[in-house]
Amino acid sequence: MRKYISFFKIRFIEGMQYRAAAWAGIATQFAWGGMNLLMFWAFYQNGENSFPMTFPELSNYIWMQQAFLAMFMAWFFDNEIFDGIMSGNIAYELCRPIDLYNMWFVKNMAIRLSRMILRCMPILIVAALLPYPFNLTLPSNTLNGVSFLVSIFLGFLVLIAFSMLIYISAFYTLSPKGIRILSTSVIEFFAGAVIPLPFFPETLQPIMYALPFASMQNTPFLIYTGYITGFEVMRSMLLQVTWLIILLTSGKLLMKHALKKVVVQGG
Amino acid sequence: MKLYFKYLSMLLKCQMQYKVSFTLTVIGQFLVSFTTFLGVYFMFSRFNSVNSFTFPEVLLCFSIVLMAFSITECFVRGFDVFPQLIKSGDLDRILVRPRNEIFQVLTSNVDFTRIGRLMQAVLMLIYAVPVSGIIWSPDKVITIVVMIIGGIVMFSALFVLYAGISFFTIEGLEFMNIFTDGGREFGKYPFSIYGEGVLKFFTYIIPLALFQYYPFLYLTGKSGNIGLIFLPLMGFVFMIPCYSIFKYGIKRYKSTGS
Repeated sequence: MRKYISFFKIRFIEGMQYRAAAWAGIATQFAWGGMNLLMFWAFYQNGENSFPMTFPELSNYIWMQQAFLAMFMAWFFDNEIFDGIMSGNIAYELCRPIDLYNMWFVKNMAIRLSRMILRCMPILIVAALLPYPFNLTLPSNTLNGVSFLVSIFLGFLVLIAFSMLIYISAFYTLSPKGIRILSTSVIEFFAGAVIPLPFFPETLQPIMYALPFASMQNTPFLIYTGYITGFEVMRSMLLQVTWLIILLTSGKLLMKHALKKVVVQGG
Repeated sequence: MKLYFKYLSMLLKCQMQYKVSFTLTVIGQFLVSFTTFLGVYFMFSRFNSVNSFTFPEVLLCFSIVLMAFSITECFVRGFDVFPQLIKSGDLDRILVRPRNEIFQVLTSNVDFTRIGRLMQAVLMLIYAVPVSGIIWSPDKVITIVVMIIGGIVMFSALFVLYAGISFFTIEGLEFMNIFTDGGREFGKYPFSIYGEGVLKFFTYIIPLALFQYYPFLYLTGKSGNIGLIFLPLMGFVFMIPCYSIFKYGIKRYKSTGS
């Protein structure tokens, strides 16, 4: 366990170095969230009754999404891992007395968390100061607030467990670019990063919610906004745990299979 | 010009070496913008219109912006990855050659996989043109063509500006994405729906609305002012300050030494 903690620490401290870049990122995300809200606001004024969420709920969703973007952005991958597989450097990693899956997992957690910590506070604070109904508010009740904290962590793990499958696929394809861009657009869309899942057509929603992608950012943010409450909260968190177990097991199995027949590239 | 096509065919051959990766990336590019399209479609399956713009009208607007953007991204890619040219020192190589540096940056990188996005734009245009209810007189056809050309010039100017700023700072560059990627992403709806402040910003500061919103009013018959057709040509004017910043950057450029 200790070795994984130190991997985590190294990556985390490394990630905390990019402060100026973080400010540019904060400004970008803030503009992005604001434009998104204004877009929804235009629709809201044309047909308030067709709006599946209340507007304050949506504002909360969008700001939480921007504040915790670094945890859930699907397009972000650790290039060191891909480069390692393609250049053959992976051989050195394999010599170490560690589990490759766990190490990659921990590294990914650390990079994403460090970026999130650098960026989330300014966004949360400024968003809270915006005028109603565009502002960020506290969760509707304590139960939802506490569940949110558990759920965002679960969602975070589900996303990384899924992206692990894409890293591992590089062992088989050796040219991850195509798979990366394909999987990124699929994850983003079904996770509710393009438009929140409640805005999807009603007939599609049961399928959407059952997919692993909904267990990433969708569940915690919907819990935070109070869009789902009570029993529903427990049920969706249970689904998160189920997907996490499925993804972790299949990732570990795939990794084992990949390593058995791994061909080290280059000399 | 002959040299340019020579470069193009070389780059094309180069990228075609990895056929599977190329095809997958093209499909991926298509999917990325297809999900954006689905987002718009789902919104309109709930709401009939937004600020009196209908679904086919918004699609028309979206496809024009996407087309201009993807063409720019394909051929002006060299400026998009310009910070890497500085970092790797390849810019020095460009500067010592007896050819115009703009030409060389343009030919340093052409990304043909952007065809995926272009396909999406073309499909939307084909769908939207007959159902939009616009009577396609010659002036309307000219409007669309001018909008696309104007859009290409505007986005190119933004890429040149991006490259120009990268001479001074690498750190803050992410901010420019609001105008390039953001312009594409939010330009799918006419800028007026975001409210007056945003529209003013995109008119006077980063003038993307000049090729998108104003001529679009004429196109959809919401305004009878034929003069609006020519507003996208202001892109050439916008190019002047962007190019000057780039020129200024090159003048005081000191090699990274690598």
